Amino acid sequence: MYNNINEDNNLNLVQNIETEALLNAIYQRYGYDFRDYNKAHVKRRILHRVAHTGLKSISQLMHKVLHEDQFFDLILRDLSINVTEMYRDPSFYAVMRKEVIPILKTYPYLKVWHAGCATGEEVYSFAILLQEEGLYERTQLYATDFNPLVLDTAKKGIYPINRIKDYTTNYQMSGGINSFSDYYVARYDSVILDQSLKKNIVFAEHNLVTDSVFAETNLIICRNVLIYFNKELQNRVVKLFTDSLVKGGYLGLGSKENLMFTEVFDQYQVVDGKEKVYKKKVV
Amino acid sequence: MYQAIVIGSSAGGLHAVKTVITGLPQTFQTPILIVQHLSPHSDNFMARYLNQLTHLQVKEADEKEPVRPGHVYIAPPNFHLLVEEDYSLSLSVEEKVNYARPSIDVLFETAAMAYGPRLIGLLLTGANNDGARGIESIKAAGGTTIAQDPKTAESPIMPLAAIATGKVDHTVPLEELADFLTKICVKP
Repeated sequence: MYNNINEDNNLNLVQNIETEALLNAIYQRYGYDFRDYNKAHVKRRILHRVAHTGLKSISQLMHKVLHEDQFFDLILRDLSINVTEMYRDPSFYAVMRKEVIPILKTYPYLKVWHAGCATGEEVYSFAILLQEEGLYERTQLYATDFNPLVLDTAKKGIYPINRIKDYTTNYQMSGGINSFSDYYVARYDSVILDQSLKKNIVFAEHNLVTDSVFAETNLIICRNVLIYFNKELQNRVVKLFTDSLVKGGYLGLGSKENLMFTEVFDQYQVVDGKEKVYKKKVV
Repeated sequence: MYQAIVIGSSAGGLHAVKTVITGLPQTFQTPILIVQHLSPHSDNFMARYLNQLTHLQVKEADEKEPVRPGHVYIAPPNFHLLVEEDYSLSLSVEEKVNYARPSIDVLFETAAMAYGPRLIGLLLTGANNDGARGIESIKAAGGTTIAQDPKTAESPIMPLAAIATGKVDHTVPLEELADFLTKICVKP
């Protein structure tokens, strides 16, 4: 019994060493930096990939990652979170419509940045909102993600039809003013979003961990990304957002994310504490 | 000495969790982490409700929150709850596991990595197989595993699935679970 537990602890220690080595290897070989991600999530995903591939250890997985580019694509998918939906958390969009849009309307030209946009559903949701509020034509949207594979999906704007019922409900709960079916056409098992929604969206690779500010923005939406980062990385990213936002610019985070414990908190006022909408102070 | 208890429950779980939590003495210090399957649109009702019924501090888990003695943490609806090796909590919106988010397996597997042999895993009533794999992880890391006696479960499928793994140390009727946990967690 005692020996068994000792062996288990040793296994855990070895796995931690291997995980750290793997993340270093990925960074040096491919340039993606997961070293400051929360460890429990990363380790769990890696161990599942080890089991799924029929390997015996993370070290064996590292060998494949270093030598097989295509295998690395799998790991990249494992370590990036691509779960999203149109109008995810409808109440967030309702607050945007009520509290933020009226102020944005006072600007002649707008830049909106969706950071960590994954497969793009939330970008298109916001584009629809901007169209309905008459703001789309004077808005430049940047939709960025570090994973080129999910960006390809985002650029296409084609989604499985089986989600549309949920999206329609979400759209209505978010305060949508038209019929959601106005924004897509159905083809076989898919829906194709209206091409006019894409016109002012630039999809681009951008890594919050390793890249820097690329534009001055009026609104940044970054939802359910920071929860994967350790404190140091969270601080780096919210500083980057603060550098990008104009004075009086807005920041929207995920429902369980919070500026309060970050180093930039005193530079913001809270617009909606529940929906995690913040405004960068003017002075 | 145990450092934490993880509890998984599904259909019929509110009553079962309430029975366990309210049966614990005021002096109970071992932190408790709970995944209860809920609708993704529900609010933090469960944490507020349980907090009124016990001397322990019951709250919805926040990311980066350190796990503290005398506290009960409930996974937020639509988020997985994970334990880091520095005994802080983290959340994830990744894919559903066993059709569930939060998933019991995700909590149990990461808690097993963090706490090793100093963890108790308890699986309560439910109508699916979530948690069975997590029970195996806890056992493999040297922890102690408990299933609610299926005869006392509103829905016996989940505890039965756990027992079927052969990795459950104790099968305990619902009404005796609080006393059982107290006996093995609180020093006499």
